[in-house]
Amino acid sequence: MGASGPGMPAPGPGAPGAAPAAPVTSGIGLRLSGVARNFGPLVAVSGVDLEVPLHSRLAIVGPSGCGKSTLLALICGLDEPSEGTIDVLGATTSADRLRRCAWMPQRDLLLPWRDVLGNAALALENQGVRRRAARQRVGHLVERFGLAGFEEKLPHQLSGGMRQRVSFLRTLVAGKEVLLLDEPFGALDSITRADLQEWLRTALDTEPRTTVLVTHDVEEALLIGERVVVMSARPGRIRAQFEVHLPHAGSRRELIRHPEFAELRDEILSLLEAVT
Amino acid sequence: MSTTVTRPDESEVTAPAKSGRTSAGIRRALPAAAILIAIGLIWEAVSHWFGVPNYVLPSLDSIWSTGVSSWSGTLASATWVTTEEVVLGFLLSIVIALVIAFALHMSRVVRNAIYPLLIGSQAVPVVVIAPVLAIIFGYTITPKLIVVTLICFFPIVVNTIDGLASVDPELLRVMRTLDGNRWATLRRVEAPAALPSIFSGLRIAATYAPIGAVFGEYAGSQNGLGYVMIQAIPQLETALVFAAIFILTAEAILLFIAVSVLERIICPWAREGKR
Repeated sequence: MGASGPGMPAPGPGAPGAAPAAPVTSGIGLRLSGVARNFGPLVAVSGVDLEVPLHSRLAIVGPSGCGKSTLLALICGLDEPSEGTIDVLGATTSADRLRRCAWMPQRDLLLPWRDVLGNAALALENQGVRRRAARQRVGHLVERFGLAGFEEKLPHQLSGGMRQRVSFLRTLVAGKEVLLLDEPFGALDSITRADLQEWLRTALDTEPRTTVLVTHDVEEALLIGERVVVMSARPGRIRAQFEVHLPHAGSRRELIRHPEFAELRDEILSLLEAVT
Repeated sequence: MSTTVTRPDESEVTAPAKSGRTSAGIRRALPAAAILIAIGLIWEAVSHWFGVPNYVLPSLDSIWSTGVSSWSGTLASATWVTTEEVVLGFLLSIVIALVIAFALHMSRVVRNAIYPLLIGSQAVPVVVIAPVLAIIFGYTITPKLIVVTLICFFPIVVNTIDGLASVDPELLRVMRTLDGNRWATLRRVEAPAALPSIFSGLRIAATYAPIGAVFGEYAGSQNGLGYVMIQAIPQLETALVFAAIFILTAEAILLFIAVSVLERIICPWAREGKR
């Protein structure tokens, strides 16, 4: 892919949502302009224009098969768009984007032969850090991820929620500027999921990163995203964008009871019904 | 043959007490032992009471006494020679098989070029090729090692390639986003993931190795269990032949167990979900 010059963020066709507010944090984290991806005759996503300000969080919701996961793969450089350009902090080639993006899929995909520290330290070892030093560096983070005391347990000895936290730790340890989460809690039971949503929200509040979250759970999108984008099914297009203005400090239960939360949720749900 | 791998039935996480594990192991081995004893009893009954001549079916006790009496004279050195061929040939086949398998895994060109050759090598009639090798290399250990390797390497190659390719494609994508290059992925993900299948291949190969050694000795040798058999059969010393067979059987079983023990030490995680 050649160099690209995304001069201005062209307003996408059919994006009637609130006009994107001027980025309060300095600069733009992610910019997609006119992105499309075809698999043979199948158009997975088409005409996607998106902008994610630095250190802000975008949630993408849409029916299954709307190309959400394709979009994430495109952003992080695992795949190349058929049309359009993707700019991740100035990186436009897929190899450069890979260097800047961390991607976390729905399944934890931990290595069964490595213990918690070993799994979490994988990226550091890949970057050339020696095994012991890598484990030590990761060891300091274990507590914050609620994994203290489980450092040397193998994945099969952990609960689903803990495994997902290890996977999340492994993703963060890679030290990438951009975080791409593909239904990170989709495989968990609802209690664990609620627990981890709250935890992730706090974690990202204390240590902000440019984040794109893909989910089909509207509540999850509203809890974690600062902006929510609704996509339509095949070909995946952006239908609407919503700004989420919710009190930062609130707990999950308080937020869900918040009138604006309920209003946004209903609006998005009805839109999703129309789109499917 | 009682060659079932005994995997202690561990409940999910809690490790059972040591004594509990031993008694479970004994209970597991019981049916195999019972069948062996039953076969032995029938064997003894047939050979003693039905007037079967000793050169057709020697009784177990005569096999035992023949084995003991000819141990220091012939069987001990023959066992040593054959064991050497089996173990060295087995190790050689492991090295060659792993090199081939990793090369095939890493390069599509190599895979397309060599795979047909590998399959073809399995169609080579070992019975015919062994004497040719004996002509080329004489009565040395070399032709035996070649025959053992020729028989053993294939299951290891096939299982290793399957194991290396068995990694979840999504995990390979995760590795790419975690800055894992091709080499890091092979070393930290694919190779460890392939270990259980490599050991499956090794277990199959372990049972082939003694047969390979005997083939090699049949084609030309001056010592070894195969050599003992060639010498004993024309003289109708059937008891000695059976003694040699039993030693070979024991060798195959021991090799198999050694591989299984090694597997448990090297990849304990693989026992999870495999009962």
